[in-house]
Amino acid sequence: MASGVKPRVKVPKSAAAGEAVTIKTLISHKMESGQRKDSDGNLIPRSIINRFTCDFNGANVIDVTLEPAISTNPYFEFEAKVDAAGEFKFTWYDDDGSVYEDAKSIAIG
Amino acid sequence: MKLKSLTSAIAVLALGAGAAAAAEDSQLIINGETEIVTWTKAPEHMENVDEIRSGWTFRSEETQALQMDDFDNPGMIFVDQARETWDQVDGSEGKSCASCHGTPEEGMAGVRAVYPKWNEAAGEVRTLEMQINDCRENRMGAEKWGYTSGSIVNMTALITLQSRGMPVNVAIDGPVKETWEQGKELYYTRTGQLELSCANCHEDNYDNLIRADHLSQGQINGFPAYRLKNAKLNSVHARFKGCVRDTRAETYSPGSDEFIALELYVASRGNGLSVEGPSVRN
Repeated sequence: MASGVKPRVKVPKSAAAGEAVTIKTLISHKMESGQRKDSDGNLIPRSIINRFTCDFNGANVIDVTLEPAISTNPYFEFEAKVDAAGEFKFTWYDDDGSVYEDAKSIAIG
Repeated sequence: MKLKSLTSAIAVLALGAGAAAAAEDSQLIINGETEIVTWTKAPEHMENVDEIRSGWTFRSEETQALQMDDFDNPGMIFVDQARETWDQVDGSEGKSCASCHGTPEEGMAGVRAVYPKWNEAAGEVRTLEMQINDCRENRMGAEKWGYTSGSIVNMTALITLQSRGMPVNVAIDGPVKETWEQGKELYYTRTGQLELSCANCHEDNYDNLIRADHLSQGQINGFPAYRLKNAKLNSVHARFKGCVRDTRAETYSPGSDEFIALELYVASRGNGLSVEGPSVRN
């Protein structure tokens, strides 16, 4: 079980209809690659976030597969076109089966 | 012809080096509201430098941008961790930081800007780390943190944040004078097999490249600093240790009298710059 995991998201509160807004996300996670050894020479088991998705009003915006070479506290910044008011839903999937979620709503105006 | 293409290659190189440095008018404004002084007149006591510059002005545009928004600043993750620690009760007295100091915003505004400073009761110059550990030991009845441990560096980041944007203003006279003089002495003393003093790089050669590194003035107004190379916050003494090691010398220990004196002196060289921590550096 990874500890100290905390998702963060930054989404503007409002946008003009049809505007592409910038979304920033970051999750604190150690992203243990599975290739390092501890001081006794034993392999430290892999523990990473392996998938990240963002949906807007049920439609998928981005779906990312993460690999072990991605460093600690993965950060994603991307744009999404907003046609109507609604809610962004963010989901991170951990190797250990945990799922971390966050949501942010956006208004038109 | 060959010679001509060589000169143009040099011109391109020089241009490239110039682009790595910040333009004199580039400005650091954090979250679109906190204006940071990164370039100003040197304090009176500095004999060989006219203008002091934050390490931020020496970094690439990409690294600089990371510090302009707290969401992008990876150091803020560690500030959040310290915020949790701030409210946690620890030790035999049943106290947390919050028991005496309230919220960090209430209790810690302006603190970083004047450290290291003289502690009258103890009769010594104290760094922020020493003060935190004194609180833990004597007021909370908790165990001291290691001088450069994650817990203490993160806590100094939380405290530093409450002074961000205020000018660094450490005292150099009165009871601290002797320690300050000792720090100055250390700053100009060559150490190690390479026989380098702090001044050789950070006073004589700042803004030059030392192999691939763009040398800064070695200001510490941005500490603790999140370094991209190790993905965590780094304390002043840990950085000092790295620097002295790079001269191929046996280093002083973090928390030693020598580094405390050096911290006071180096901090005073930044009097007038804004407190900037937690900053982002490479």
